[in-house]
Amino acid sequence: MRRGTTIYLYELFWILPSIAIPVGMLVALVVFTFGAGVHLPGDHGRVEPTAVLATPPFDQPGTVQVGPGQYEVRMVSGIWSFAPNEIRVPAGSTVTFVAASRDVLHGLFIPRANVNVMLIPGQVAHVTTRFDRPGEYPFFCHEYCGIAHHTMWGKVIVEPASKADRHDGDSAS
Amino acid sequence: MTEADAAPDLTPENRLTAAYLVVALVSLFVGVSLGLFQALEHAGIDLYPWLLPIIKSYYHGLSLHGVLNVLVFTTFFISGFLQFITARSLRIPLWNRGLAWATFWLMTGGLILAAVPLVGNAATVLFTFYPPMKAHWAFYVGLTLVVVATWLVTLTLVCTYRAWRARNPEVRTPLPAWMALVTFVMWTIASLGLAAEMLFMMIPWSLGMVAGTDALVARVLFWYTGHPIVYFWLLPAYISWYTLVPRQAGGKLFSDPLARVSFLLFLVLSTPVGFHHQFTDPGIGQGWKLLHAFFTFGVFFPSLLTFFSIVASLENGGRARGGRGWVAWFGKLPWGDPSLAAQVLSMILFAFGGIGGLINASFTMNLVIHNTAWIVGHFHLTVGTAVALTFMGITYWLVPFLTGHQLWSRRLGLAQAWLWFIGMAIMSHAQHRLGLMGMPRRTMIGAAPYVQPEWRSLLPFVAIGGTMLFVSAMLYFANMLLTAVASREAAVIEVPFAEALSGPEHAPVILDRWRPWLVLAVALIAIAYGPTIIRLVTTTPFTTPGFRVW
Repeated sequence: MRRGTTIYLYELFWILPSIAIPVGMLVALVVFTFGAGVHLPGDHGRVEPTAVLATPPFDQPGTVQVGPGQYEVRMVSGIWSFAPNEIRVPAGSTVTFVAASRDVLHGLFIPRANVNVMLIPGQVAHVTTRFDRPGEYPFFCHEYCGIAHHTMWGKVIVEPASKADRHDGDSAS
Repeated sequence: MTEADAAPDLTPENRLTAAYLVVALVSLFVGVSLGLFQALEHAGIDLYPWLLPIIKSYYHGLSLHGVLNVLVFTTFFISGFLQFITARSLRIPLWNRGLAWATFWLMTGGLILAAVPLVGNAATVLFTFYPPMKAHWAFYVGLTLVVVATWLVTLTLVCTYRAWRARNPEVRTPLPAWMALVTFVMWTIASLGLAAEMLFMMIPWSLGMVAGTDALVARVLFWYTGHPIVYFWLLPAYISWYTLVPRQAGGKLFSDPLARVSFLLFLVLSTPVGFHHQFTDPGIGQGWKLLHAFFTFGVFFPSLLTFFSIVASLENGGRARGGRGWVAWFGKLPWGDPSLAAQVLSMILFAFGGIGGLINASFTMNLVIHNTAWIVGHFHLTVGTAVALTFMGITYWLVPFLTGHQLWSRRLGLAQAWLWFIGMAIMSHAQHRLGLMGMPRRTMIGAAPYVQPEWRSLLPFVAIGGTMLFVSAMLYFANMLLTAVASREAAVIEVPFAEALSGPEHAPVILDRWRPWLVLAVALIAIAYGPTIIRLVTTTPFTTPGFRVW
């Protein structure tokens, strides 16, 4: 810290990059966030934790088409299952999950679709993702929620777009 | 020094530190032992039926593992070690030995109170105890008493410092004592969130005085403390790296002023960063999350300063011992000393933990790894190695110092340190990769119906690494126990305080003042947390009922 000494120069040579590195990473992070449109879960209002099942849209859990290629999954989590726990959408769909917990903390984690949100009693979770490729996308509860936490899961089944059109006549597999 | 260097008798301080160490190491013994069963379970070897009379489930064991290792072992070790360091470096007794002992008994009483429901499966809520899971009230009251006891440690350190300052008005505070004081002052500010959660929410709720609680408010208060608590664990390891390891390495601390700058930045920046644990929480605005990410990158700066200072100090030691070249000096460090070997090895793994931490703080990437096994891998490098292995390294000289007995076996100590290093590298690497593949954390994976095919090749490495860590820990405890009871050779040890190449006289005066830094710390907390906490507290109906789900 005493100017002009060798140690001072060493310190300076280290301090300047130590500032530049985190600042550079921050700029990259912010540019990417706005450039690629990454959204974190934000504030989407409350739901009374004791009355989740009586509050729309959670009184009718399920998958609803809300527009061309647009789906909304209304999901209720509780020990130790998701409702619904099997979701079918055609490839290329944009899906918004509107989810809540009716008891303790849970989490909704779909690793292959980059969905990762906490389900907190009292809060409405709201996340949107896109399923382009057909296949199965498992989702897990990733917050400890009691003795059978490890059995709480489900899957999104993304069907080839053409097959999905005929889906209504199918008796499922 | 205005008074003669007649060193006062600090034997009572030694006894106090020894008492804290005993509780810390017993807790670590139980906590680490349970880790073995978790690691084996992941590889499909379920030994929990054997533990049934005591441990009722995977999650019961996991709760004990977390609470004992990261809350109890750390807090007791730090309280004992930093009071010791303060008295030794100021060369005066603690301000009030009666208070210091009362603090120890309060902390131990709190631990016992919390341990009763924890051991009895009435607090299987993991060390984060998120409501609305509801544990027995004694668990919350006990942990709160432990926190209150840490405040009394702060009081002891502050009053000891003031007593020293009154007699030494013009002298720079010796670095070890000054760092210990910064650590506890930082912790006291940081612990207010946890204290508020306990006093206003968890305790009245668990006692049935209020009907409901709120999960989000509790999480915000918890993580207000939950991130800086990792600096409360880490800074004592840094104190060893800055003020003791350079001497053990045969050299000097590179720069005393740079060390002070980094600790002051930790004091200022440790707390307003907690939302980076809540990036995926609904109910908190994205802008506030972005601000906390900014501050988190800010707190990376003092870590980089520390990295530089420590490596430069080690290099100074390596060269003083005849080392040459750009990196070859590293081999000249006294690798035969288990205390130094353990701490340098822990630094190496910590570098990876630090880089992983930047990924966690970047919210775009946080979406990939939040609540996955990646996080488990991350904090086993940081608290599980940088902190735990460093603390073990400290005890390789501290326990002989306190008992007056030579370390029972240096070679056993060296084997222990390397085994921890290799075992942790294996386990943590597997956990990081499993997290990237989407494996959730804190989950009884061996019993999960959804194990993905790509996880299967990595899960055995969790068990292999975990087993090596268990063996390493048992070697450690055996060595400590035998040092205390069986070692016959008398130890002649002095506390290895290091000198500095650039000493405190080169530090700007502002670094020795408290008020500006404290004001800055509080201001940043008010900016980062104020609006969100005020909004939540004024608009939240506390109506969530409790559940026992284990």
